[in-house]
Amino acid sequence: MRPFAYERPTNVSAAVAAASHFTDARVPPTQANAQFIAGGTNMADYMKLGVAQPERLLDLNGLAEPALRQIRISDDTIRFGALVRMGEAADRAEIKRRCPLLAESLKLAASGQIRNMASLAGNVLQRTRCEYFRETSWPCNKREPGSGCAALEGLNRQHAVLGTSDTCIATYHGDFAQALIALDAVIEAEGRKGLRRIPFAKLHHLPGDTPNIETDLAADEVIVAIDVPIRAWSHRSRFLKIRDRESYAFALASAAVALDMDGDKVRQARIALGGVATVPWRARAAEEALHGKVLDRDAAEAAAEIAFAEAKPREHNAFKVPLGKRTLVRALLETRDMKVPS
Amino acid sequence: MNQAAPAPKENMGNPVPRIDARLKVTGQAGYPADLATANVAYGVLATSTIAKGSISALRLERARAVPGVLDIVSVGDMDEVDKPEFGNTGASSIAPLHDKTIFHDGQIIALVVAETFEAAAEAAMLIRADYAQETPSASFDSRGTRIEPAAGKSPMYKENLKAGDFDAAYAAAAVKIDQKYSTPTQHHNPIELFSTTAWWQGDQLTVHEPSQNVTGWKTELARQLKIDPANVRIVSPYIGGAFGSKGPMTARTAIVAVAARRVGRPVRCVVSRLQAYDTQTYRAETRHRIRIGANRDGRITAFGHEGWEVTSRLDPYVVGGTSATSRMYNYGSVLTRVSLVHADRNTPGYMRSPPETPYVYALENAMDEMAVELGMDPVEFRRINEPEKEPIGGKPFSSRSLIKCYDQAAEAFGWSKREAAVGSMRDGDWLVGMGCATAIYPTAAAPCAARVRLTDDGHVRVQSGSHEIGTGVRTVAGQMAAERLGVDIDKVSVEMGDSTLPPAPVSGGSISTASVCSAVLKACDAIREKLFAAAVGEGGPLAGSGKAKLEMEKEAVVTDSGKSARLSDVFNAMQIGALEEYAEFAPKGSSPEALKKLYAGQAEFHGGDQDEDSVKYAYGAELVEVRINSYTREIRVPRIVGAFAAGRIMNTRTARSQLMGGMIWGIGQALHEATEIDQRHARYVNRDLQDYLVPVNADIKQLEVILVPEVDHAVNPAGVKGLGELGNVGTAAAVASAVYHATGRRIRDLPIRIEDLIV
Repeated sequence: MRPFAYERPTNVSAAVAAASHFTDARVPPTQANAQFIAGGTNMADYMKLGVAQPERLLDLNGLAEPALRQIRISDDTIRFGALVRMGEAADRAEIKRRCPLLAESLKLAASGQIRNMASLAGNVLQRTRCEYFRETSWPCNKREPGSGCAALEGLNRQHAVLGTSDTCIATYHGDFAQALIALDAVIEAEGRKGLRRIPFAKLHHLPGDTPNIETDLAADEVIVAIDVPIRAWSHRSRFLKIRDRESYAFALASAAVALDMDGDKVRQARIALGGVATVPWRARAAEEALHGKVLDRDAAEAAAEIAFAEAKPREHNAFKVPLGKRTLVRALLETRDMKVPS
Repeated sequence: MNQAAPAPKENMGNPVPRIDARLKVTGQAGYPADLATANVAYGVLATSTIAKGSISALRLERARAVPGVLDIVSVGDMDEVDKPEFGNTGASSIAPLHDKTIFHDGQIIALVVAETFEAAAEAAMLIRADYAQETPSASFDSRGTRIEPAAGKSPMYKENLKAGDFDAAYAAAAVKIDQKYSTPTQHHNPIELFSTTAWWQGDQLTVHEPSQNVTGWKTELARQLKIDPANVRIVSPYIGGAFGSKGPMTARTAIVAVAARRVGRPVRCVVSRLQAYDTQTYRAETRHRIRIGANRDGRITAFGHEGWEVTSRLDPYVVGGTSATSRMYNYGSVLTRVSLVHADRNTPGYMRSPPETPYVYALENAMDEMAVELGMDPVEFRRINEPEKEPIGGKPFSSRSLIKCYDQAAEAFGWSKREAAVGSMRDGDWLVGMGCATAIYPTAAAPCAARVRLTDDGHVRVQSGSHEIGTGVRTVAGQMAAERLGVDIDKVSVEMGDSTLPPAPVSGGSISTASVCSAVLKACDAIREKLFAAAVGEGGPLAGSGKAKLEMEKEAVVTDSGKSARLSDVFNAMQIGALEEYAEFAPKGSSPEALKKLYAGQAEFHGGDQDEDSVKYAYGAELVEVRINSYTREIRVPRIVGAFAAGRIMNTRTARSQLMGGMIWGIGQALHEATEIDQRHARYVNRDLQDYLVPVNADIKQLEVILVPEVDHAVNPAGVKGLGELGNVGTAAAVASAVYHATGRRIRDLPIRIEDLIV
């Protein structure tokens, strides 16, 4: 493990200033010399494996701003401070009641120990768990741009079928991000150029030819808050996660669904798909196909077909196409049947 | 009594809590890498990133430049010592730093020694090797493998067993199946990482390393280092999971010892989880062809079991589980054949129930298929084919309680509620399936020595160089001494895991309880004899009771007429302060050299299928319920019941715990465990516990272990059948059978995953 400098800035602007000082705007943030760390559950792991070799860690746990650790719930918004731990957000009764999808996506992620460490902002920025990315002796375009992708023709059972490119098929494994993208969340980030709001759907970049560029954030931008609007569909929402074992495993396929129903008809649907795509994945065409329709099994299956129409399976992950469709159908019907307080 | 401490039935000992339980849960138990060592330097391995070829250049400059680096041991630096050998004590004959040839991915190419772990780790990452690469053969389907018959290649597999005329019987059978099955590569992944700490004091070498065979390693390490075994001490007081992985010594031990000599101070090398996949052993992938022929009434007339197993280029490691499968039922005729497939891989090795787990999986999945063909209940099918004698040699079983196990497991499970038709059981959105399988494990024992010391205050010290690998052997050895010497278990201390203690055999093959307890029993009986003689002898406290039946209870010698003499009075009569006996136990049938070989670390196993008079096995029956989502098809195991009979149960708590752990492991083998191999490069891909899945707590719901009483005096003096490797045999087949019952899909290749059921 390489020696590195460790710094603990005491407020957001100091953190941004330190990051600006030690990073080069021309270098993609994933490869920047200085990296932020909060729970450290992803970064520390990758530093031990040699995947990440930052010269400097900027520990955000010393930031003084109280709002970073608060959850504020108003009539139309849940606002999460960036340093709120996953476990705390998952256990908040009002969130469970007003937007079950948010709480479920957190509760079904990782283990209790990790949820108590990991911050919400860090969670959405977690990097892929692709086996070939995790181990430095393999070629990987995400880790070492231009070196190739060992997963394309290698073991790719856990890899993505949506949003892939010829250079990278690594899955985005997070669960919480699927809830956020489905619910039209907005990220607030502070950087050298000030504070900006980024629709969550614009945060993550498709791999394309530059899988090493993963998000819209600059190396010196710090997420400070996540805003989740509360709308008519928030009560009737859930997260279905299908995995190899009952707990502590990444999704083979997941579906985040929120429905605003008018009797048995869909007024509005919000759908995101996890475990199957390279980035948090909003299935907008599938949503549109449901609008105004009676939500029965046929309608759900038709929407699922649309959601996976562009899927590109490979040798070991072909099962994710039928599994992803069925996961979505099941999630839609289970969300439809939820008993929601009127 | 709670669930973890079942009430003892006939021929069962008390559920005494582990004597080291508190130490373990409070972090006080000293595992080898925890033992304090002054002035220790840290070693980190660098390993190859190709599977076949040779090293053309090793570039160490950047690594040497890392501050704190003391030394780098690499190719050429082991010339002074002898190469490792493959066998019962040595894991592989691949000698990584002796020459430049690369035999497998992840082969050791250097050991960096530094002042800190971090510096050593950084330097190891900076080592670059240039290779002359060749295309490797990864596994069964690769080009360039070498296939050979296994028979005669290893003392563990002498011949292909057979009985009767299989070809004729199979051809004539009214009902038959002919199917192929497979099991994947698996790694032990003990939670305690592998490690070696070595230091020299003059010509005396001490090694702290988790080991299942301290006496064997002492001998083997001395051979490699060309020194007197008397100058080598292996210390391994506690082991945090072994499962066979810490049985054979690997090349690393001598490398660390050489490094310690070079830097003149202790060197500790803790191997990362990732590097353990290649530098230790593993369970090789296996393939099977099973043919069964039967009459319409369900009686089997022909059984054929052919196996193929992957091993390394150099070493003939044989799994060869046909010994157990060919003796399982009343077959009529038997044909077996095992082949080795040499590929560019590290050498596989023993992994909990080494031969039985993969081979019995194939047999039992096939038995279920056959029951379906016959339209019979699968438990009934096994009952019909229960043998009186084993089919290969016609020998009787020393004891066999399999049907009792099925009866008791079926009763507890509610097997009678199973509806026979496939797909007929359902609970809401979940398909329900029920399956069964037989567990079997050979009962063996090996020569073992023990020293027992009793003092007049009732304290007992038991010493034997066996190994506490988590099984509870320390506790049951203490229990044996406490019972025989009439003292409370709290007054017994047990020392194990040190090659300076009286030698014990390798803790493998489920022989430890039988071997160690038999030796302890012998030493205790010698102590009793002396005490009894002194007590009733002239001037003794029980003088005149010479004809009485004597026993030891509550720190006293007691007679059947109720007289008693305190230990201290007997000791006073003998004019001694302590009584110590050293005993050597050798199982029936041992060779004249068996005990001499024990001191050289070679265990001579007896029992199982080896004895003339009878074959000796422990049996169990496992019944499982699976639930499969009717739409998304995830598979869960909400319920499992296992009933096991294994002779004398020394301690119902530790016995249950071992069987439970085995059954959980079996569920993991059925649904999760597999080391994935990149076939292009012959490299393991999922070298960590993120991607190598095992069950977590949430996966195990209801689990019941039933201990079925059984008495067997033929197996060994202690009457014990080892059960450490019984629980995970058959489980995966029971799950596969239940999956078939729920879905109509027969999955023959493990693990069974969602993709097998959804596409």
